[in-house]
Amino acid sequence: MGLLASSVTVSRYRVDGRMEDPLLDNIAKGLSQQRITEMEAEVDDKRVGWTNFSNNYKPDFDASSFVMGEYFVFSLRVDKKKIPAALIRQHLSIAIDRYRSERGREFISRGEKSQIKEEVLNALYMRLPAVPAVFDVVWQYEKKFLFFFSSQKAANEELENLFNKSFGLQLIRLFPFSIADLSIGLDDRQRDLLQKTTPTLFRI
Amino acid sequence: MTQQDISLLYHRYQFLGHEFLTWLWYRMDTEKDSRTGGAAADGEDAPLGLTLGNRMVLENRSREGVVESITIRGDDAGLEEGLLALRKGAYVTEMNLQVQIGEQQWRLTLKGESLMVGGLKTPQTAKVEQQQDISGAVIEKLFLCEIALQRIDELFGLFTRIRLSPLWDQTETPSMRNWIEKTATQ
Repeated sequence: MGLLASSVTVSRYRVDGRMEDPLLDNIAKGLSQQRITEMEAEVDDKRVGWTNFSNNYKPDFDASSFVMGEYFVFSLRVDKKKIPAALIRQHLSIAIDRYRSERGREFISRGEKSQIKEEVLNALYMRLPAVPAVFDVVWQYEKKFLFFFSSQKAANEELENLFNKSFGLQLIRLFPFSIADLSIGLDDRQRDLLQKTTPTLFRI
Repeated sequence: MTQQDISLLYHRYQFLGHEFLTWLWYRMDTEKDSRTGGAAADGEDAPLGLTLGNRMVLENRSREGVVESITIRGDDAGLEEGLLALRKGAYVTEMNLQVQIGEQQWRLTLKGESLMVGGLKTPQTAKVEQQQDISGAVIEKLFLCEIALQRIDELFGLFTRIRLSPLWDQTETPSMRNWIEKTATQ
């Protein structure tokens, strides 16, 4: 669910580094260059890119479309084609029968079977529409943090890769150690102690 | 920091998040009896502004790596089972919380290992009826999300400073063990 849902899940990141000026133009450029494009009749099983927060299906990034107050708000879209296993079994069985009868022999090698399967998958990928999944992204540039509204591991990894590719900046996931190390203002002595910390046993 | 470093640090120090949630439960429970329950650091002994929600998960990992998990659910859940698990060496790994700031209330679930916030319900925001309402609604929602997350970070900061100070071994850990012993046997 997106950020306006009544209940949200937030993964948090720190953004390492700064963009060159003009900031808004460069962010718009990064979003546009990696915007999602529609999958037509293709054999690809997945496509990943940015889209607009308020219009997920027609990405168009001009200089102000992603600015909301002090935040940059946009969305990550992952379009995936997923073929049900039963459909693959059905089409593979038909294709193998056809192959055997065309050649007039019962036996087919493992290599032939593998090639038939690839052809069947390609044909199915061409015919099937991709299912889009949209995850909202909020970037607070001045405070160097980013919220990603999903806890899915795969979606978080797609975000980290695409963000780096689009803006040349690294996202550092915030979790107990990185929050302690980067976000709560520890001094050098405390950060040194943090690295040496070992678990406490509360067991009686 | 490379992605490999991040992954290594994530796993190596996930106990910090579990200790934090266990400490939060102790602080919330002892705060009912005393406003200054437990040790204070940096002059911080203000009310936490937190109450335990309707779900908590505890895990006990044996030396052989076998994980025993206990989930306590429901608004009036008995917490005795959780306290007994703490006695046996378990830590809180996930906790549903209510954050109260002034008249406003947030609900959220905090995962110890990642400090990821799930099921975050902010105070009611204005309804979006037209396209031009979206920007205002987003800004309001993010402002409210930030307040809750900031509160969690403040508490984690307080915990970490105590955790890294001599107070942790001298006062806080013995107090927590006393609390576990006393409460679990009541």
